[in-house]
Amino acid sequence: MIRRPPAVLLLPALVGLAFLVLPLGGLLARAPWSTLGTRLAEPQVLEALRLSLVTATLATALCLLFGVPLAWLLARVPFPGARLLRALVTVPLVLPPVVGGVALLLALGRRGLVGQWLDAWFGLTLPFTTAGVVLAETFVAMPFLVISVEGALRGADQRFEEAAATLGASRWTVFRRVTLPLVAPGVAAGAVLCWARALGEFGATITFAGNFPGRTQTMPLAVYLALETDPQAAIVLSLVLLAVSVLVLAALRDRWIGAG
Amino acid sequence: MSGLDARLVVRRGAFDLDLELAAAPGEVVALLGPNGAGKSTALRALAGLVPTAGGHVRVDGAELRPLPPERRGIGMVFQDYLLFPHLSALDNVAFGPRCQGRRKGEARRAAAAWLDRVGLADRASDRPRALSGGQAQRVALARALAVEPRLLLLDEPLAALDAHTRLEVRAALRRHLAGFGGAAVLVTHDPLDAMVLADRIVVVEDGRLVQQGAPAEIARRPRTDYVARLVGLNLYRGRAAGRSVTVADGTGDGHVLDTLDSLEGEVFLAFSPAAVALHRSRPDGSPRNVWQATVSAVERHGDRVRVTVSGPPLDAAADVTAGAVAELQLAEGARVWVAVKAAETHVYPA
Repeated sequence: MIRRPPAVLLLPALVGLAFLVLPLGGLLARAPWSTLGTRLAEPQVLEALRLSLVTATLATALCLLFGVPLAWLLARVPFPGARLLRALVTVPLVLPPVVGGVALLLALGRRGLVGQWLDAWFGLTLPFTTAGVVLAETFVAMPFLVISVEGALRGADQRFEEAAATLGASRWTVFRRVTLPLVAPGVAAGAVLCWARALGEFGATITFAGNFPGRTQTMPLAVYLALETDPQAAIVLSLVLLAVSVLVLAALRDRWIGAG
Repeated sequence: MSGLDARLVVRRGAFDLDLELAAAPGEVVALLGPNGAGKSTALRALAGLVPTAGGHVRVDGAELRPLPPERRGIGMVFQDYLLFPHLSALDNVAFGPRCQGRRKGEARRAAAAWLDRVGLADRASDRPRALSGGQAQRVALARALAVEPRLLLLDEPLAALDAHTRLEVRAALRRHLAGFGGAAVLVTHDPLDAMVLADRIVVVEDGRLVQQGAPAEIARRPRTDYVARLVGLNLYRGRAAGRSVTVADGTGDGHVLDTLDSLEGEVFLAFSPAAVALHRSRPDGSPRNVWQATVSAVERHGDRVRVTVSGPPLDAAADVTAGAVAELQLAEGARVWVAVKAAETHVYPA
């Protein structure tokens, strides 16, 4: 006999489900399917899409380059203040992205803490450039990677690392040839989350990098702008973003994140 | 001095290990002891995986104590082997040579030769999860030997195997250890593994060496209750005066046992459970030690029945036939006479 789930749990669950799915349904229902082809081929759309994919991928690469070692440090090296550091790393996770953008401006802007020296010494200006977009996305997305990889490192059996050490492996070799392959699923999951977060980044990007088509106008920015002038275009752009996200998640989920 | 010469001092909270350990090149030393005695800690200290608070670790005269594990040149076989799950058997074995700076092709050729030696040439491309327990053990051994260590450490190398595989792997391991030119230290809690594999046994209890010697010596002359239980002997400590040994019996006077060995002073007295006879009424006849005790346990022990009797005056284990159990109605609580011939006892200095 199949027992019915109690209504007190079932009802809110269905409401929650509807709340999550309904907006996506709205997007699909109101899409201008007849003109979809021509709208998608518009250069602004393609440009924004290209910029979004490129910057999100670069941001993910930066997150991997710096986030994985940071996660290793937090998981493997005991040092005073580790708890504080861990808390600091997760701040961008809860910080409103706009505030993140402002903070980035204050640090890396032309007159910022570090930015003024970059400008004076190297003639390097980050705000309102494509590089600025990548930095804004990296800032917001990195905690996802660090948390995911740190969790994987903590869960991994450290005795494999001991075995590698007895075979003569230096700590770097142990990391490269044993630790990293063991936590690869965690790294991949973190990278996917990281990429998705970067792809959708809006607040920090518009604050730090502005909204210049072809240079800093990513898909979310284009959606927001189009909503004021051409709502139909906003729907098309949103659909594209939705499709890309779903495609990537579906492709990677089974392979790396596992059946959750 | 060649081979291993170490004094290991490890302090961790309430646990305290202080153990002197030596092994000549080609010698296999087994660390035998109950769980929590510090055997594995001693092994990990030798490998550099546990920090030592003092002492020394010298291999072929070189002091290794200040070195991290990766620079000690020691081979270690771990209890559950710890084969890298993402590498093939071949690459697991090639890992050490690669770390020593050998080229990939060269390291793989060396690894293939090692796999061949342990009889697994045909499983080279298999991942560890595709290997049976016995095969994984052999790959782990090949991996440890491939770094050509001067000291080989084995942590419970047979504990993860089922009884049947264990027999085969033990024989194979014995062969490989015989062919190994360096010193080897093996940790086990199984006396049989220690007896078969080791040239010398070091018994560790509570972080201290309590007895060491050749396997036959340990088996014949246990010096602690733990070792006596392992080798299946009844053991008493007492004071000898000629052919009588006075053993503490819990009352203060002491119980006197007759033996054929004539010694003076503090001694151990041991006899096999098979040498113990049980009777319902006081036996007489040839010179024997006789006392009355209560049956406290009756259990099957191979094709015999192990009957444990408790004093005062003395506790003992007796191996009798199932027929005797029925005939004598040996149930827990029964009063019996215990008899041991003087010729069956074995006395040696404490």
